[in-house]
Amino acid sequence: MTELPASTTRKMGLVIDLDTCVGCHACVISCKGWNTENYGAPLSDQSPYGADPSGTFLNRVHSYEVQPDQGAAQLIHFPKSCLHCEDAPCVTVCPTGASYKRVEDGIVLVNESHCIGCGLCAWSCPYGARELDLAEGVMKKCTLCVDRIYNENLPEVDRVPSCVRTCPAGARHFGDLGDPDSEVSKLVAERGGMDLMPEMGTKPVNKYLPPRPKDQIEEQIDVLAPLLAPVAEEPKGFLGWLDKALDKLPGGNA
Amino acid sequence: MHPAPSVIIFTTLSGLGFGLLAFLGLGLPDVTGWVAFVFFALAFGMAGGGLMASTFHLGRPERAWRALTQWRSSWLSREGIAAVLALAVMGLYALGAVFMGETWRLLGLLGTALSLATVFTTSMIYTQLKTIPRWNMKLTPAVFMSFSLAGGALLAGQTNLSIVLLLIAGAVQLAYWKQGDQALASSGTDIGTATGLGARGAVRAFEPPHTGSNYLLREFVHVVGRKHAQKLRVIAFALGFALPLILLLLPMEDVMVKHLFAAVAVLAHLAGVATSRWLFFAEAEHVVGLYYGKR
Ligand code: SF4
Ligand code: SF4
Ligand code: SF4
Repeated sequence: MTELPASTTRKMGLVIDLDTCVGCHACVISCKGWNTENYGAPLSDQSPYGADPSGTFLNRVHSYEVQPDQGAAQLIHFPKSCLHCEDAPCVTVCPTGASYKRVEDGIVLVNESHCIGCGLCAWSCPYGARELDLAEGVMKKCTLCVDRIYNENLPEVDRVPSCVRTCPAGARHFGDLGDPDSEVSKLVAERGGMDLMPEMGTKPVNKYLPPRPKDQIEEQIDVLAPLLAPVAEEPKGFLGWLDKALDKLPGGNA
Repeated sequence: MHPAPSVIIFTTLSGLGFGLLAFLGLGLPDVTGWVAFVFFALAFGMAGGGLMASTFHLGRPERAWRALTQWRSSWLSREGIAAVLALAVMGLYALGAVFMGETWRLLGLLGTALSLATVFTTSMIYTQLKTIPRWNMKLTPAVFMSFSLAGGALLAGQTNLSIVLLLIAGAVQLAYWKQGDQALASSGTDIGTATGLGARGAVRAFEPPHTGSNYLLREFVHVVGRKHAQKLRVIAFALGFALPLILLLLPMEDVMVKHLFAAVAVLAHLAGVATSRWLFFAEAEHVVGLYYGKR
């Protein structure tokens, strides 16, 4: 049944740090790689080397410019994948029962052998987190790497989502957001983690950490600058003579 | 939203077909034998044909039966069930009317209720979506229901009833356009709430996440046809409501001419409703477009 569970034992999800994300798209590629080679239908591409390439991705990175009333604009890289919402509209609209939310960890998944590819779940998701795979005709979405996080065949360090493991900036964190004492919950409390489109009433589990305020640009930009005074001094000896001799030649000084 | 032809054909034809079935179930007109056969063939052709068309946009049409299982939460599932029941009950009723000359009134009334329920459930599939403010309005079911009833009455040859119902449907259409034009703005959702960055300043989409297109842009961000929206609204309104009303209201002595006018009124209405349905999709803004700096 595609009714939502009244509550889930844990609320596994991601915390994404908009302050540290450098917009390198490494998580996009590692997500595509892992989820094409492992659980479920592969993420297909349509004419990948042609004139109009497109394909299925579960994670995409936007970039926004924010222009405050005063001061310089800020560029913010913005990764977006399924937020594993508590009140997930994508689950309740599904006519087949293919979309469901797990009671044990709150992960929202699609049963690909029941999905008819009607696309209604993608219509109901405010975040654009679901994409219909054109080759397979079924709905694809972030699985929170359910085939990694509990996978005992992997070394413990790899039992986190592929995107989290890959991120070179440490901008993606994984954990139980239902447990107030977890690392991720503490991070959210400390940094004022926020929901996207809270007015949609989806109650996302994933949180976004807002960018920290930028430093002020001052006259002396680099505090180390005085220590970095030019090292070249007045040349002595042969070089000193050469220097003077060259200065005397016609043609002016550089 | 991408105006997929399959969905436009489906909602237009099945709306009219179930509207006609609703009137036939009431005994308006109370027909039996060959005349009944023609009416029912038309109604089933449109309602059933529309349903068939709707399966064309599925990724996996062979599994469509599974869509009947989740009636407890899903409007799409409820629609499927209502449609199957309505067609079954009205099919039985039609058997009686065509082959036995019997009109089982209770069965007909049940069929009428189920036919209207089907149209209502269809409308709720769209109405429930908070992600598309232009659909997430009480006027959306009103549009679907009033169009279906007006078209049904027109097809059923109920001249006086259809005049009243066309007037109502036309008014609902105008109100829907008026309220719909404000829907996105008054929903409170914008690129600021979408990114959570709105409080820091003016947010602008600087770089999209991909250079080519993708499913989201193809399905949800349809801006191409919107520039003709005003013209198309005039066409939809003129064909769907104004012209049929004029044709019905013209005093006409000759029966043949009267029938001809009625037929033209039906065709004009069909074209008008299809145009209005195209606009229903093409003009609808999905909030995911905001992430791309589009609407
Ligand atoms: S982000 Fe979208 S797909 Fe994911 S749970 Fe929420 S509504 Fe569903
Ligand atoms: S596309 Fe598949 S998962 Fe989504 S609503 Fe339709 S049947 Fe359910
Ligand atoms: S958790 Fe896994 S599936 Fe989800 S975005 Fe990260 S890599 Fe992709």
